[in-house]
Amino acid sequence: MNPKRTFPKGGVHPEENKLSSDKPIVTFPTPKQVIIPLGQCLGAPAEAIVKKGDEVKVGQLIGTAKGFISANVHSSVSGKVTKVDEIMDHTGYRKPAIFIDVEGDEWLEDIDTSDKLVGEITLSREEIINRVKDHGIVGMGGATFPTNVKLSIPKDKKAEFVIINAAECEPYLTCDNRLLLEKPHEFLVGVKVVMKAVDAPKAIIGIEVNKLEAARLLDDIIKGDEYFSGIEVQPLQTKYPQGGEKQLIKACTGREVPSGKLPIETGCVVVNVASTYAIYEAVQKNKPLISRVVTVTGKSVKNPSNFLVRIGTSSMALIEAAGGLPENTSNIINGGPMMGKSVSVNEFPVIKGTSGILMMTDNEAQPRKVGNCLRCGKCINACPMGLEPFLLCRMSKNNMFEDTEANRIMDCIECGSCEFTCPANIPLLDYIRYGKNKTGQLIRSRNQK
Amino acid sequence: MNNYLISGSPHVHGGESTKKIMYSVIIALMPAFLFSIYYFGFNAVRVTLIAVAACVLTEWLIQKFLIKGECTIGDGSAIITGMLLAFNLPSNIPAWMIIVGSIVAIGIGKMSFGGLGNNPFNPALVGRVFMLISFPVAMTTWPAPQPLFGSQIDGFSGATLLGYVKEGLSKGVSASELTIYENIEPMIYSGSLGEIGSIAIIIGGLFLIFRKVIDWQTPVIIIATAGIIATVCWLIDPTQFVNPMIHIFGGGMMLGAFFMATDMATSPMTMKGKVVFAIGIGALTIIIRLWGAYPEGMSFAILIMNAFVPLINKVCKPTRFGNNPVKQ
Amino acid sequence: MNDILLYSLIVLGVLGGILAVILYIVAQKFKVEENPLIDEVEGTLSGANCGGCGFAGCRAFAEACVKSAAGKGNINGLFCTSSDMTKVAGVLGLTVEAAEPKIAVVRCNGTRVNAPKKTHYEGADICAFAHTLYAGGSGCPNACLGLGDCVKKCAFDAIHIDEEKGIAVVDEDKCVGCGTCTKACPRGVIEIRPKGKNNRRVYVSCVNIEKGAVAMKNCNVSCIGCQKCLKECPFDAIEMRGTLAYINPDKCKQCRKCVDVCPRGSILAINFPPRKPKVEVTESVNNESKE
Repeated sequence: MNPKRTFPKGGVHPEENKLSSDKPIVTFPTPKQVIIPLGQCLGAPAEAIVKKGDEVKVGQLIGTAKGFISANVHSSVSGKVTKVDEIMDHTGYRKPAIFIDVEGDEWLEDIDTSDKLVGEITLSREEIINRVKDHGIVGMGGATFPTNVKLSIPKDKKAEFVIINAAECEPYLTCDNRLLLEKPHEFLVGVKVVMKAVDAPKAIIGIEVNKLEAARLLDDIIKGDEYFSGIEVQPLQTKYPQGGEKQLIKACTGREVPSGKLPIETGCVVVNVASTYAIYEAVQKNKPLISRVVTVTGKSVKNPSNFLVRIGTSSMALIEAAGGLPENTSNIINGGPMMGKSVSVNEFPVIKGTSGILMMTDNEAQPRKVGNCLRCGKCINACPMGLEPFLLCRMSKNNMFEDTEANRIMDCIECGSCEFTCPANIPLLDYIRYGKNKTGQLIRSRNQK
Repeated sequence: MNNYLISGSPHVHGGESTKKIMYSVIIALMPAFLFSIYYFGFNAVRVTLIAVAACVLTEWLIQKFLIKGECTIGDGSAIITGMLLAFNLPSNIPAWMIIVGSIVAIGIGKMSFGGLGNNPFNPALVGRVFMLISFPVAMTTWPAPQPLFGSQIDGFSGATLLGYVKEGLSKGVSASELTIYENIEPMIYSGSLGEIGSIAIIIGGLFLIFRKVIDWQTPVIIIATAGIIATVCWLIDPTQFVNPMIHIFGGGMMLGAFFMATDMATSPMTMKGKVVFAIGIGALTIIIRLWGAYPEGMSFAILIMNAFVPLINKVCKPTRFGNNPVKQ
Repeated sequence: MNDILLYSLIVLGVLGGILAVILYIVAQKFKVEENPLIDEVEGTLSGANCGGCGFAGCRAFAEACVKSAAGKGNINGLFCTSSDMTKVAGVLGLTVEAAEPKIAVVRCNGTRVNAPKKTHYEGADICAFAHTLYAGGSGCPNACLGLGDCVKKCAFDAIHIDEEKGIAVVDEDKCVGCGTCTKACPRGVIEIRPKGKNNRRVYVSCVNIEKGAVAMKNCNVSCIGCQKCLKECPFDAIEMRGTLAYINPDKCKQCRKCVDVCPRGSILAINFPPRKPKVEVTESVNNESKE
């Protein structure tokens, strides 16, 4: 393996708290009812193509993508559609969803449900990308960007590297780690598929050194099999946000994505571990994205676990299976503690982007008193993008959006390192997100003119 | 109802707080404080306690009756201001002068700008310079050290080392003659509370660097800049300029470099800015010492550079990610 | 000693004289011809630069008024508060159609009592941000979030967050109906309505567009779209916007029949004298905070 690397500037090191890293993935029993939201990706929600009373099978298309940035939705169970209605998602807003009552477990015939590893890639580049699109695969790290858009390289660009984001720099989350340990061959075939799809000669798996076991396992497999040549394991320093797309590219290749540009500018395509595995299943096994690994964890949780869950399963069922909702839970987070989202209700369906359900104890989530900015500069040191969070915060607060633009607020990756280090507990990222939103509006309205 | 907490990410915090930073600084000041007690005895305790009490009380009164805001004295920043002010005073200064200085330091130096973090100038230095200008005699009459154990050190001079050097040079005495060890020995421990214990201050400073409260760059660059200029001058003309060691270890160089120039609110925020700031302080200090009217220039240098901080912050931006051309 | 005094007096005096002459010449040479009316019109305006008129500030508005008066001979289509417009028209020697005085109305009554909070929010005090984060403490996705984006934008100090209620409340005496707050609110809770005869207004104090059954869960005073008011109104002033009733202020004759008939108490009647004791229900609606 190569010596470990990292990105050059900023970053923080939160307590890792990988409580469930040695818990094997447990296949969660198929629930009695699933609620499958139609909007599971960044961009437009899908359009329902089933109606009340329809019988569906596992893997059947039930929502079609609407627009360029949108993804198909498939049924994760077999049974009867009871209604197409709105469901409260984790934010408390109501979003359209399809409710299905489970009857048996009948899969579509053309899906390969066996455990057999299919190594040989028979599909062509275009076929792979179409398969990825048809099977509704999105970035499963949390951002849920449709993967087929990412894999479609513009004509004037050339992909040199596929970078697999196995950093899992978020504290608590272990789903990618477990997937690498338990399905390394499938994962590596997935990498080969992605390499073929984007026609890249090399792939780099960026993995933090706190997952050394997985890194060694992958390295051994790659070294022992000629088929996987071109894939390389790159250990990375355990530092947040190592898994940020731009930071990962910098750490793995030394290239810097220019401000306001996409990673393909540097010849890199970044794909998440869970997505890579989903691509393997879609392309080699013809299985749509209907399940994912979810880490259910928290300091007071009795039995922190990694579950393989059908999309649409209720979060409460997962929490119950992990030992129930702890008494002292004051905050439930959908995702990891650094970039996840607070949930308003404890009953929400698991979707493609749900990487974890984290229950924070009263102690951890205790609101901290906000003080004056000390101008200590810790936020500047922590910012991996070389921005000045305190300044952007102050400008956003005063609605100075031309100045925020000049100070490159749009470069912010919203990693939260600034707020994490702030001794005065100022909600820096809240203000920056608000400013980013407004600055984006400003830029758009100017471009329209 | 579950009454969950809703907040934007991140949901965890590094645990650093204003209070922790401030109390770290107070701990770091302790070796110097103990050293001053050792040399000045009860008077050191008296001056420090009065300054701290006056600073904390002033902040409390202003916060309570003028700003009508939350009580902020718990964060410990007023204690630091009080201690730093006391470290800049002679041990025999009358209590009422300390109180006036403290009121100016906190009231004008800090609270009039909106309290902690908003002050452009280091409050302790504002108080110190105010006192130096208002009470020039009391502020420049230095009593002989009175060690806790043992009798008063002989050779009472009434001048600090730097003051003695300045006066001697102005009388036309050769610098090398002035700084014969026997001549300066009594002056080594003459000065303000914080001037005398360079080693104790360095210990405190190292603690702060270890705790990551301050960067090592600022103090090192200040001392290096001052040292280099002093050395160059000394090498050019040893009769007019004294040994650079006297400039580095004499006067308030250590206290200023480790504790006052590194004050968070009044120093630049980026590393580039800190370098510019530190070079400025080092150069100004030595210029004032060598060619100015005052024997000591640390406080003036820091205050002058404090005024440049907004400008430095504007010019010295951090290195943005994604600005470098793509390496192929 | 006297010489010094004398010389300095002479030097400074001469210097002062020369500079005065230069200043005078410069002022004459670079004089900008400006219609004095603009200053006069600006003088009648509040000077809050609220931007409610659509101009960059009161000065720009005054310029526009003077220009319009000179060009078109009227100031129709320019908007400020009606009292200010009358004054402006007076200065310009014009008459202005007596525009109805307007006021901002917060169409949400989701107080802490009416819509209990199920979650609590910690973070930046910006409604626009909280709006992207969650549906709101009560779960109503349209309700006032109570973080005061409108308060920050109001140039007249006329809107505040009521600590007890947790929602925005308009100060009737100070509000001029400029509409800045309606633009600031990310949820469109605030509406500019006519102040009404004798300051009396009847309006649906709810903007929840969810279905009745859902709207009912989160808030005790939400409009559930039952249409009882629609059927009751003798003046055809009520229209349904989806499952939300809306009272058209131009048609409403303030009979308050809808107030009596609303099963949810979401229609408010403001500044009416208390009714005779026989109808106790509406009285409590009038004073919902006592509930």
